Amino acid sequence: MASLVEDNPSNSDSSDMLIETARRCRREIVKMTHRAAAGHPGGSLSAIDILTALYCRRLNIDPQNPDDPERDRFIMSKGHASPGMYAILHESGFISEEDLTSFRKLGGVCQGHVDMKWTPGVDFSAGSLGMGLSFGIGCALAARLDGSDRTTFVMLGDGELQEGQVWEAAIAAVHHEIGNLKVFVDRNRIQNDDFVDKQMRIFDVAAKWDGFGWAVREIDGHDMDEILSAIQWLDSITDGPAVVIAHTVKGKGVSFMENNPKFHGAAPNDEQLAQALEELA
Amino acid sequence: MTLAASRDGYGNGLMGLVHDEKVIVLEADLGKSTKSQMFRQAHPERTFSLGISEQNMMLVGAGLASCGYKPFASTFAIFTQRGFEQIRNGIARPNLPVHICGSHGGIHTGTDGSSAQSIADLAIYRSLPNMTVMHPCDDLSAEALTIKLANYDSPSYTRTARNKTPRIYDSDSAASLQIGKGFVLRNGKDVAIIACGVMVAKALTAADKLAGSGIEATVIDMHTIKPLDEELISRLADECGCFVTAEDHSIIGGLGGAVAEYLSATTPLPLERIGVKDHYGESGEGEELLTKYGMSSDDIISASQRAIERK
Repeated sequence: MASLVEDNPSNSDSSDMLIETARRCRREIVKMTHRAAAGHPGGSLSAIDILTALYCRRLNIDPQNPDDPERDRFIMSKGHASPGMYAILHESGFISEEDLTSFRKLGGVCQGHVDMKWTPGVDFSAGSLGMGLSFGIGCALAARLDGSDRTTFVMLGDGELQEGQVWEAAIAAVHHEIGNLKVFVDRNRIQNDDFVDKQMRIFDVAAKWDGFGWAVREIDGHDMDEILSAIQWLDSITDGPAVVIAHTVKGKGVSFMENNPKFHGAAPNDEQLAQALEELA
Repeated sequence: MTLAASRDGYGNGLMGLVHDEKVIVLEADLGKSTKSQMFRQAHPERTFSLGISEQNMMLVGAGLASCGYKPFASTFAIFTQRGFEQIRNGIARPNLPVHICGSHGGIHTGTDGSSAQSIADLAIYRSLPNMTVMHPCDDLSAEALTIKLANYDSPSYTRTARNKTPRIYDSDSAASLQIGKGFVLRNGKDVAIIACGVMVAKALTAADKLAGSGIEATVIDMHTIKPLDEELISRLADECGCFVTAEDHSIIGGLGGAVAEYLSATTPLPLERIGVKDHYGESGEGEELLTKYGMSSDDIISASQRAIERK
C-alpha cells in the first residue's frame, strides 16, 4: 500500500512547506475568481489545506502521465471548489499558469466546475452534488477487481450531505466492504444560500457516518499535522471505508470571506482582491 | 409461433458476454425481473447489488467505466429515470460507456399499473448527447444487440419488455443486426410502418391484413431509436411516400417524434403516429391495454389507410 512515509519523494516536505504551498494556492483561488468575476472561493479556501496535503504528500499520480490506469484517484465531489482544484493541480504540474487564466472562459481548460474531459488530472466530472462518493465506489471496486492497491479518495461538502444519494453510497460502501475508499468531509458549515444549520441541519455528522458503519475520525481541517495524521489513519483502515470529518472555516485565510455565506459563490472585487492578496502575502 | 420476452434476451446477452472479464453487472434489487440474475448466478464475483438505490448504481457504473470496465446496469425502465440526472451529468456528459437496461417498458407491462409503465424513457434518453437508445422487439434481437454493446465506447440505454410477444427473428437474422440500422422485415410500396418493441409484431399483423385489401406495406424494426437510421427513412420516403410509426411509448418524443423530426426537416410527408396519446396507463393485461388505448394491429391498419389518403 502507498503511504505517506515511503512512496512519495516529496514527503521530505515539512508541514511548513505544505503550509506555504497552500498559501500560494489561496492566492491563486482569489485571483482566479476575481479574474472570472465568478466562481466559488469560500469552499475552495476551506478545502485547500487538505488538497495540498493529499496532492503533495499522498496521491500516487504523475503529471507526465495523468491518465495512468494505476494512479490513485481523487474525486472532488463538491465540484464548485474548482478554483482550489485548479490551484493544486497547477502546483502539482498538471496544468500551467496560463491554464489558470482560462477559468470559466470559453474553450478554457479550467471549466466552471471540475470536469474530467477538460482538465488533466481531474478524475470526475462534478458540478451536481451528491454523486462523487458513488463514482468513488466504482473506482474502488475497479481497483479491487484489478487486484491493484491503488486508492480512491473522495472529498464531500457538508451541505452536500443533504443529498440522499450520499447515503445510498454510504450504505453500499460498507455492504461491499470497500477498504480502498477514503473520504474527507469538508465541514465548513456554509452552503449556497446560508449556514447549513439554517438551511437544513445535519446535526452530528460523525455520528451519522458511524451509524452507517464507517470508520470515522474528526480533525481540524486547517492543521497540517492533523491532516497528515488523518491521511495515515485513513490508510491504516483496510477492512472497510473510512471518513475524516474535517472541521474547516469557509473562506479560510481571507478575513472578510471567513465564515461568510456571501463568499460561497461570489468573487472578490478589485478592492477585495487587493486586501485578500495582502492578507495572503 | 414462438412467444418470447425481450428481457430474456437481455439476460441471454449478458451470458454471451461472460468471456469478457471487463463486463460487470450492476443490479438495483430487480435482477430477477430484468434477467441480469442469469449473469449473477454464473459470475457473482462480477455482479454487484446496489440495493434499491438507482442513483448510486448509475454513478458506481460511471466510476467503473472510468477505470476501463464495461458496466451493464439494469432496473425497471421507470426506475432508471430515478437516476436521470445522474445519467445525464455522471454518465452521458463525460461519455462513459455505462450500458443501462430498463425492463418493463411501456403499458404492455400490464397489471402492475401505471406506476410501472414507463412511457417517456425513449424520449428522455434520446435527448442526451452521446447516448445510444435501443428498444428491441424480441429475445433474439435483444440478445444480439446487448452483445454488440460490449464493444461500444459510449453509453447506451436499452429498453426491454416484460411480457412475451411473437418472436420476430431467427438466430441468423438476429446476428446480422447492427446498432443504428433498421431491419426491413417486409417490403411494400404503399406505406412504411416503422415500429419498435412489442409493436413490431402488431405491425407485421397489420401488414398481413392490409395485403388482403391490396395495400402493400413495408415494415421496419427500428430497434435503434438513436442514432436514427436516417438513410433508411430517406429511402422509404422515396419508395413509399407515407409513414406510420408504432411504439408502446408516448407519441411525444420517442420513435414517432424522432421520425417526425427527421421527415419535417428533409422530406415532409404524411406521418401517422401510433402510441400512448399523452396519458398514463392503468392495470390490465398488456394486450387489453394496447387495444383500449388505440395501439392494436387494427389501429395500425387505420393509421396506414389515413396516411395513404393524405399522400
